[in-house]
Amino acid sequence: MIKAILIFNNHGKPRLIRFYQYFAEDMQQQIIRETFHLVSKRDDNVCNFLEGGSLIGGSDYKLIYRHYATLYFVFCVDSSESELGILDLIQNMLLFTTVCNFVMQVFVETLDKCFENVCELDLIFHMDKVHYILQEVVMGGMVLETNMNEIVAQVELQNRMEKSEGGLSAAPARAVSAVKNMNLPEIPRNINIGDINIKVPSLSPF
Amino acid sequence: MALKIVKGSIDRMFDKNLQDLVRGIRNHKEDEAKYISTCIDEIKQELKQDNIAVKANAVCKLTYLQMLGYDVSWAAFNIVEVMSSSKFTYKRIGYLAASQCFHEGTDVIMLTTNQIRKDLSSPNQYDTGVALTGLSCFVTPDLARDLANDIMTLMSHTKPYIRKKAVLIMYKVFLKYPESLRPAFPRLKEKLEDPDPGVQSAAVNVICELARRNPKNYLSLAPLFFKLMTSSTNNWVLIKIIKLFGALTPLEPRLGKKLIEPLTNLIHSTSAMSLLYECVNTVIAVLISLSSGMPNHSASIQLCVQKLRILIEDSDQNLKYLGLLAMSKILKTHPKSVQSHKDLILQCLDDKDESIRLRALDLLYGMVSKKNLMEIVKKLMLHVDKAEGTTYRDELLTKIIDICSQSNYQYITNFEWYISILVELTRLEGTRHGHLIASQMLDVAIRVKAIRGFAVAQMATLLDNAHLLTGNTQRNGICEVLYAAAWICGEFSEYSMQTLEAMLRPKVATLPGHIQAVYVQNAAKLFATVLQKHEGETDSQAAQETSQLLIDRLPLFVQSANLEVQERASCILQLVKYIQKLQQKNVEVAEEVTALFAGELNPVAPKAQKKVPIPEGLDLDAWINEPPSESESEDEKPKVVFAKEEPKHYRSRHTEVDEKELARRREVRKQEQANNPFYIKASPSSQKVYDAPGVEHIPVVQIDLSVPLKVPVLFNCDLYLWLEEERQQKEKAERKKKEKKKKREKRGKGRKADSGPESEEDIRPAHQVDIVTEEMPENALPSDDDDKDPNDPHKALDIDLDKLLADSEKLPVRTHRPEVLKSPAEDRDSKSVPQETKKKRGRGGKEKKEGKEGERKRSKEEKKKKKKHKEVEEELLESQPEEAVQSEETKEAAAPPTSTSAEASDLDFWLSSAPVPPAAAQEVTAPSSAAAVDTSSAAAPESEPDEPKDTEPEDTKSSKHKKKKQKKEKEEKEKKKKKRHHHHHHHGDAGGEDSVQNGTVEEEEPLPVMYIYSLLAENSYIKMVYDIQGNHQDESKVVVSVIFENKSDSFLKSMEFNVLDSLNSKLQRPEGAGPHDSLTVPFQLPPGVSNEARFVFSVQSIVMPQKLKGTLTFIVKSDESSTHEKLDFKLHFTCTSYLITTPCYSDAYAKLLESGDLKGSSLRLEGISMPFHHLLARICFHHHFSVVERIDSCASMYSRSIQGHHVCLLVKTSVFIESKWEESSLLGNVLDEIKQTFSKC
Repeated sequence: MIKAILIFNNHGKPRLIRFYQYFAEDMQQQIIRETFHLVSKRDDNVCNFLEGGSLIGGSDYKLIYRHYATLYFVFCVDSSESELGILDLIQNMLLFTTVCNFVMQVFVETLDKCFENVCELDLIFHMDKVHYILQEVVMGGMVLETNMNEIVAQVELQNRMEKSEGGLSAAPARAVSAVKNMNLPEIPRNINIGDINIKVPSLSPF
Repeated sequence: MALKIVKGSIDRMFDKNLQDLVRGIRNHKEDEAKYISTCIDEIKQELKQDNIAVKANAVCKLTYLQMLGYDVSWAAFNIVEVMSSSKFTYKRIGYLAASQCFHEGTDVIMLTTNQIRKDLSSPNQYDTGVALTGLSCFVTPDLARDLANDIMTLMSHTKPYIRKKAVLIMYKVFLKYPESLRPAFPRLKEKLEDPDPGVQSAAVNVICELARRNPKNYLSLAPLFFKLMTSSTNNWVLIKIIKLFGALTPLEPRLGKKLIEPLTNLIHSTSAMSLLYECVNTVIAVLISLSSGMPNHSASIQLCVQKLRILIEDSDQNLKYLGLLAMSKILKTHPKSVQSHKDLILQCLDDKDESIRLRALDLLYGMVSKKNLMEIVKKLMLHVDKAEGTTYRDELLTKIIDICSQSNYQYITNFEWYISILVELTRLEGTRHGHLIASQMLDVAIRVKAIRGFAVAQMATLLDNAHLLTGNTQRNGICEVLYAAAWICGEFSEYSMQTLEAMLRPKVATLPGHIQAVYVQNAAKLFATVLQKHEGETDSQAAQETSQLLIDRLPLFVQSANLEVQERASCILQLVKYIQKLQQKNVEVAEEVTALFAGELNPVAPKAQKKVPIPEGLDLDAWINEPPSESESEDEKPKVVFAKEEPKHYRSRHTEVDEKELARRREVRKQEQANNPFYIKASPSSQKVYDAPGVEHIPVVQIDLSVPLKVPVLFNCDLYLWLEEERQQKEKAERKKKEKKKKREKRGKGRKADSGPESEEDIRPAHQVDIVTEEMPENALPSDDDDKDPNDPHKALDIDLDKLLADSEKLPVRTHRPEVLKSPAEDRDSKSVPQETKKKRGRGGKEKKEGKEGERKRSKEEKKKKKKHKEVEEELLESQPEEAVQSEETKEAAAPPTSTSAEASDLDFWLSSAPVPPAAAQEVTAPSSAAAVDTSSAAAPESEPDEPKDTEPEDTKSSKHKKKKQKKEKEEKEKKKKKRHHHHHHHGDAGGEDSVQNGTVEEEEPLPVMYIYSLLAENSYIKMVYDIQGNHQDESKVVVSVIFENKSDSFLKSMEFNVLDSLNSKLQRPEGAGPHDSLTVPFQLPPGVSNEARFVFSVQSIVMPQKLKGTLTFIVKSDESSTHEKLDFKLHFTCTSYLITTPCYSDAYAKLLESGDLKGSSLRLEGISMPFHHLLARICFHHHFSVVERIDSCASMYSRSIQGHHVCLLVKTSVFIESKWEESSLLGNVLDEIKQTFSKC
């Protein structure tokens, strides 16, 4: 079981939080702070597993995290999850997010040059969209689907439906070129989970 | 104009979407909170709009704010509004917001039930998907109960997208509503073989999650999972299954044997590290479960260790970490194979990554030997000095103590060194483990007699420097050490008497109370020793000075706020004053004072005592041996300190017996230990010879002399290292000369000391540990249950899934009026929810017990079956029609479990099949999955020649053999079911009664068992008992449950149940049946079996009791004949059977009484002698009332009829019942019935 998924940046600012067990808001913030504190003081070249989060979980629970440039992806899982499997999942999550955003034609607006990292911007402005993607991957604390193509297809279909309904609001469709030089810190090189054959949909350069 | 402005502002507000909000927050870095509060105000405005789009936008923004930590629960209702939008876009937003902020305490969640149900059955698969996803996050027990049926239907949806979500969410439903597990399980199992890999994966996920908590209930699925494992190529699924097998193997070692082959194949072939790692893990679990006597698996261990070494050596820290983790599991059972990689582990100890160091520390535990202990501990002490952060340091500290004290100090050769280490550890500031150090000090000082002198000296120094400990670290646990120090100094005061002054310093008063108490008590002990020493000397000055010192200092403690300290101090003060008086008269008192503290020390572990079951006929008060001498000093021994210790065994005579005898005894003892499951097997060589003065073969005495007598405050471990080396050298030389003296070294015996490098066992300890290992008394009862967390929601899910599904366990069927659907007990408001769930758990626990019993029975049954294997199969033919007759209703419920049970018994065959022949295994070196499939198919036909493939339980062509088994199984089930009936009506059928009963039972004496079923009719063939319950779903229907019990030796078949309808009450017959047709009872009864059938009656008026005449016809089929039989009966519909237990709150109750709509009537019951709570319980139980309030011997009770009449009852003392009811005639009848009930008893 996954107890929580936290994504925050290098300053501990939450970008996406998803608890699969109820915690009050202030407790959630405390957990984020604690987790950030635990994770941020670790070097990049140490292992990605961490025990001893006192607020969430207990002895059976582990924090599994990855650090990409400006973002920390932290999963709090119990012993029924495969550590390496979750790590791969996180690695893919990042890819899902980016790929899905392309597919969805959700373009990030140019902000000032201060944010050169696309993936954090994706998260910042489209938290809801990322949630929808996440919902196709993990449901109620259990991994629902690991097949990348399936996830992308489902997300796309749902977004089409949204579009056919006219969307939430006619968002200014100012497409952006910032996405072009997408600077993914680490495109997964060796994906160990065998069945995820990542076929990145041909990303036509705009 | 004003309207325009308003409209404009609305437009503007609408403009601000999530992106704008985020951008705004980023642009207001300085006054973020202020900006957000204005945003929230805007959102509140937006939420007041009628436009759903505006609302959705607002809710979307709230979701973001929730992430930032703002409480948005005030918008819960708006979220529900957005959820119920017909547009997918908005619905999705609503469900997302709900999943982020709804929880069990959210009250609007009740409003969502119907909306969710609508969405679940929506034609649009994404509406359904979104609803399922949302529900998975906020499902409550109520939602789970109401929606379980809908979700179950979705598990067979045409779209795999929905199926997989529905399957996955079932886990959450099970957690919240454990009753749904059994009915849903067959379908869940079906999904394991779903054509869609996603659905399959979800089903595996759910079952693995369930099985992880209660593995034994899922053992029967092992063959199916085995098949999946060998056929699946999805690594996620494989990992889950392999993990599941890891949990199952401890329960069934045979499973492990079957697994090893395919797992090792996987290990060899897979390239995925995650899969490899899980395989290794499970192989380890298998090896652990097989543990002893499997020499042919050493190859597997080697393979695992080898692969793990590769992981540990990898540059990837993650792999390193996991490798160490897995290694520590191997260590437990196969320490030898890990020890060869010591170099690697020690290397990891220096890793910069703390997680890795911690893991390496765990491993160290198994790495130490007598030879390297000091070295390793020295290394650890260095780490302690360097460590930053108390957590890691504390971890190191406990590890050091663990390593040193393991298996009764097996590896410690020099206890002076160990004491020094302990003393050095007390220098740690801010550690939490003062207590641990203290108990070690006590333990060592008590057990190792030779060390006492040294220990006392050390402790005296500690006491002397107590200011170091108490100064700034008083809040920390380290001062616990002083507790041990004071006690040791007092108890073994004959070694040194210097500390008296230190113990009575004023500063001591700042210590925690329990430590002060020990100080005071031990000061008295020291005093006694001093007295004794100085008595007889001509100059009594010293003794008198000591008395004076005590008299001066003790008043400080007499004033202590701590009761214990105060009491002891004042006692001792008076005593000393008296002694002083005597001293002045030159009376010799020393002996008497010493007698206060004389006597040996007999620590008894309370835990060990508790675990001894009392054998029959044992008089616990009679002495078995000589009564042990008791001493006052025992009073002061705090239990905690000795919690881990065991009773000491005094066997001093052992020293006198000759070597042969000793060896023989050792053998006997070893035998005993081997047979004792509670004995730690890897215990060290039993060195239990005591140092008795004058026993010259103990080298300790001489070597001790080389230790400096003057003790420095801070000790240098290196000194001991050096000393130890020297000692060993010396000993080695000595041993060469007198090899025969090694008789105490059991393992060293028979081996030449100078052959090759010195083995670790050959190092002789400098001191003997004179206590037995962690010994449990014989026949000790394992009480692991205590460890389980009673709040674990999974406890309720411990349900035997192979049992036949009872009608009562079916999921509530959906109606268009869900409010009525709720059973009364569950109809309460949220306050009673925790209680409710508790109750459910309780029930789960009971079922668990039953499950165990059932399992045991089944296995017995199976054994029998095997014996009978080829007996006459006449009976079998009957099992065929039997199944056919089953009505649709029961079939649906019963058929799937029957198949599972059949499979459960197949499990035995599957497991008992011979291990895969090596030839077959070697043939397949191809990819793992293919290989595994081959092996399984190769193994199956060989072992089960006349057995159908176990994976096809529903196979109609199943052999006779199997049918027989199935039938037996069924009979067994039915028997069990019969037993359960009792349990049933207490817990299952009427939750409300249950709760009330429990309520009363808890506070007072247990109630007599009450049977709700009353006799309907009986003859020599059959007995019928029945119970009538109001139907919660329909106000004009009652359900009559009839239990048919076959009393004869023959088979009862074709039972038909018929009732002559009256105008008021009619038996509900299936459509198309005539008004006088009889109903077929949906089962047959083998001899001695009973089963329950339910019949629905419709009633019009409920004011009058009624009797209906009926008949049961059936065919009695014995071996030679079959006869037609008939039994008449009268169904008595009492008025109380129309009542439904409904809880009522006292305020509502009061209102009801005030309203004046009720008519009253009273009843006097004569000659009732039962306790009041029994009376209440009886009324609750038999007449479906619930207690509203109870004050002493007066209680108000409430119930409601199925047609909504209120009934209020006031029961005073034990004889007077006053009641009120809207329908006076009904009331009168009920009262009559109550009277009748009590006249019967």
